[in-house]
Amino acid sequence: MTSLERFFIFLGRRALGFFYYLGGMANLSWQCLYLLFTTPLKRSRTFAQLKKAGYDSLPIVSLVALFIGFIFALQIAYFMQRMGSEIYIASLVALSLVRELGPVITALIVAGRVGAAITAELGSMQVTEQIDALETLATNPIQYLVVPRFLALTLMLPLLTLYADFIGILGSYIICVFKLGISSSMYINVTFDALLFKDLFTGLFKTLFFGAIIAIVSCFEGFRVEGGAEGVGKATTRCVVSSFVLIIAADCFFTALFYFIFP
Amino acid sequence: MIEIVNLTKFFGLHKVLDNLNLKIAKGTTCVIIGRSGCGKSVLLKHIVGILTPDSGTVKVNGQDISKMKTRDLAALRLKIGMVFQGGALFDSLTVAENVGFGLIEHFKVPQRELLERVEEALALVDLHGIGSLYPLELSGGMKKRVALARAICMRPEIILYDEPTTGVDPITADSINELIKNLHDKLKVTSVVVTHDMKSAYRVGDKLAMLYQGRIIAEGTPSEIQNTDNPVVYQFVNGLAQGPITETIDHFRIY
Repeated sequence: MTSLERFFIFLGRRALGFFYYLGGMANLSWQCLYLLFTTPLKRSRTFAQLKKAGYDSLPIVSLVALFIGFIFALQIAYFMQRMGSEIYIASLVALSLVRELGPVITALIVAGRVGAAITAELGSMQVTEQIDALETLATNPIQYLVVPRFLALTLMLPLLTLYADFIGILGSYIICVFKLGISSSMYINVTFDALLFKDLFTGLFKTLFFGAIIAIVSCFEGFRVEGGAEGVGKATTRCVVSSFVLIIAADCFFTALFYFIFP
Repeated sequence: MIEIVNLTKFFGLHKVLDNLNLKIAKGTTCVIIGRSGCGKSVLLKHIVGILTPDSGTVKVNGQDISKMKTRDLAALRLKIGMVFQGGALFDSLTVAENVGFGLIEHFKVPQRELLERVEEALALVDLHGIGSLYPLELSGGMKKRVALARAICMRPEIILYDEPTTGVDPITADSINELIKNLHDKLKVTSVVVTHDMKSAYRVGDKLAMLYQGRIIAEGTPSEIQNTDNPVVYQFVNGLAQGPITETIDHFRIY
């Protein structure tokens, strides 16, 4: 075999692997959506997942959003003070948080916190044959494991984002009011003047898809685990990396889309 | 009645099962013996439809597993209990929830009846009052027995055992053998036991079948297998380090 042949074999394998990956993910998404609407929902399991994805993420989301608010206010203040227009810090922070930073930062936190945990959990279940055991007990693993997680993440991510937006603006408010000497009522007025409904809508709408991406990628990687503890570790890494890339790519897509739809 | 015809299964390029044929009559216990990693568990997973054949058919009660509709397959699976090698208990659920899993998920059984059924299944495997514990709190042998309880709680017609006596102490192993025999004698359950523990195989089996290089190379009653003149089977059942099985492996190693 010449090295050229080997090169093409390598290329072919990689391409096939990629398409199998995409196909598997599309298949899982389809089955999950189908089962979500055709089978009765298990309330207790969904509720447990809602708590894990949403409520349990509140502390870290609060902390990060608050710091982002601080940082943003100070960074923008650096330039705005030179221009003598500190009051626009409020509108800039509000717009960038609600339209972009809030959704993306929240999605990345949740992908790292919840998505990785899902892959590790399902992966461990896979290597200890618990997923096979579910099937032998006539229970569809997608219905039992994926649907509640999918629902929890798609519902919780918009709510968490809304919360992160609020906390981020609060962080910036603290800096502006207590450090830069802007009056409280002025800050609040400028913030509300800057924000339009479409800003909030476009910011929250895309988080539905971010949530779906996290759920499908993490469950898919969990189911694919082979080869014990090492396999679980690798899958968890792959889950976080793929989720990050897909979230950013989806964000780019939606930003472009909304730019043309709502100019 | 389980009927496997010309079953072939590849994992990647490795042929795990190669035109395998096997018939297991209703109400009998068939023990499949063979070395670790020879495809015994793969064979079991085909019977319950977790794996699908690359070619050939697996028929359970006359129905071809790979051609069944999802709903029919689910109904059939409720009649099959499977005991996994490591137990495969759900660690997020208590022992009672594990044992009653099938009843909770698929039948609206009243709470009292559910508890009775769970207790009854646990009592059959000599475990009492551990319903509220989690699998993490159990020893390896106990996990195995809980897994057995989970399989029998649904009162199945067929039970598949994946190495039921591996990794448990000799006394527990004997009680598991006893239990397999009892289920067979009293409830006329069809059992398929995969093992390499020959003591257990002779004890519980009506029929022994040896799996070697993806095929069943010998079938017979325990005494027939014990007095075999097939050198491969002879080496395996007598546990000899030297013989045709290990020679083929050496052969591979050299070339």
